Amino acid sequence: MTESPVLEVEGLRVSLSGRIILDDVTFEIRAGEFTGLIGSNGVGKTTLLRTILGLQRPDAGIILVEGAPITPRNRSLGYVPQKIAIDPDIPMRARDFVALGLDAHRFGFARRNSQQRELVEAMLQAVDAERFADNRVGSLSGGEQQRILIAHALISNPKVLLLDEPLANLDPKSVQEIVTLLHRITEDHGVAVLLSAHEMNALLPVLDRIIYVADGRAASGTTEEVVRSDVLSELYGHHVDVLKLHGRVLVVADPSTDEDIAQHPNLTVS
Amino acid sequence: MRTLFEPGFFASAPVHVALAIGAVTAIVSAVVGVFTVIRSQSFAGHALTDVATTGGSGAFYLGISPLLGFIGGGVIGAGAMDLVGVQRVRSRDMATGVVLGSASGLAALFLYLDTTQSATTGATQQILFGSIFTVDPSTIPLVVILSVVTLLAIGLIYRPLLISSFSAELARARGINARGIGLVFMIAMAVAVGLSSIAVGSILSTALLIGPAATSVRLVTHVRSAVIVASVIGVVTAWLGILFAYDSYYWMPSTQGLPVSFFIVALIFLSYLASGLPVVHRTIEWLRGSFGRSPSRTTSLSSAAT
Repeated sequence: MTESPVLEVEGLRVSLSGRIILDDVTFEIRAGEFTGLIGSNGVGKTTLLRTILGLQRPDAGIILVEGAPITPRNRSLGYVPQKIAIDPDIPMRARDFVALGLDAHRFGFARRNSQQRELVEAMLQAVDAERFADNRVGSLSGGEQQRILIAHALISNPKVLLLDEPLANLDPKSVQEIVTLLHRITEDHGVAVLLSAHEMNALLPVLDRIIYVADGRAASGTTEEVVRSDVLSELYGHHVDVLKLHGRVLVVADPSTDEDIAQHPNLTVS
Repeated sequence: MRTLFEPGFFASAPVHVALAIGAVTAIVSAVVGVFTVIRSQSFAGHALTDVATTGGSGAFYLGISPLLGFIGGGVIGAGAMDLVGVQRVRSRDMATGVVLGSASGLAALFLYLDTTQSATTGATQQILFGSIFTVDPSTIPLVVILSVVTLLAIGLIYRPLLISSFSAELARARGINARGIGLVFMIAMAVAVGLSSIAVGSILSTALLIGPAATSVRLVTHVRSAVIVASVIGVVTAWLGILFAYDSYYWMPSTQGLPVSFFIVALIFLSYLASGLPVVHRTIEWLRGSFGRSPSRTTSLSSAAT
């Protein structure tokens, strides 16, 4: 795990229609690491992932994938976008959707050999999806669709797997299953996982590193290094407390800035 | 047999032309239709029929081949919809509505001019509802060439089109020009609508585009199977429609046949209704069990339904 980083982001600044969304964002990700991209809704997590994928042009900064600048059609990055609504009428089995991950960018029809069919089988196995592999992809539950989307992204053997809020709208049991699954994938396939979420507690047991985004800036490191009162207070620009309670982390704002509390991620009111 | 095929059906030259045009246009419509249904672009498809009406009625007024008018109108409409905005589903919906409305207004003008100035009372009926028995045989080569080109284009963009139908963002992340693919597909849709306009008329071309495709996606779980099933439904309904329309000449008290389009659209609708019947699904299960390549295939429909 001490090899050179598979993804390096340095001094990244991104703006959307004139508004600066991310400023001076720097972090790196290594093979086999599970990194959480944590921040509240609308803070720029999707924008950061889209910029890494080359779908959004940055104003400034460097993005290197395996030491080289990003190019379109980069096979080293796998992507699971946010909120894909798949119509149950689409006549395609989950298995075929995974296979489409091999060569969706190519023209003409696919003629798949036995080696590729075995690969599809292996991917279905890797995400525990054999059970529903022959069902229509649109008929699957949210958690099942996430597995299929992960297998679709993983089959082209990427170095980094980017997932945009894959845990949103899942029930707690499915969240746990997907987190465990992704953790296993980082270990078995040596792929680096970068997963965005607005809630970090479900991820804490498996996270190797965390990138915490707030107010357009980001702090990165291990959870111990980042999820601390001084680091997050600096990031938010006002005092926040980090409370650890029964293995959960709560980020709580100073009562005098009460109105901000609602905007904080990971805040659990009980 | 005597009652099914009324005298002269197989000897009639207009019937030969109708069967050929009907089959070719039904196949193109079915293939493009499957992707229209997958991409949830039925509304855009219908808007193209309105623009095709404008093109067809304008061509009629100018004395050009209505086929060129239908297709020209559709392609211009497809380009206009793309220009006005297709990036987001919502703006695509509004762009479609705006283009549809304006095109229909122009069509109203052209149809008025067609009927009042060129003294051909059948113009409205022919353009809106088709007249497959009066198609000029010399247009067959053009119909075939356009059909082949459209089918080749769909085959070429097959995989990028599929993945961008699921998610444009997913396609873009793989370096696919999702907008370009979308525009090529819109043009294919315009050509399909234009071709079926000469068979069943511009208004009813939606039925030929969406009907067989909507039926097929309910029955099978592969895109390629859906394309084949939709094509078969399209050709069978087109041919039966032509046969019934021909026969209806002998059914009616006066010597006046009923329109082909009515029969084709009615049969398409019936096949769509039938696709919801459990007995049809059970038959497909059984067929799959008898001829399917892998045993796992038999489970797909029953489990998808639960």
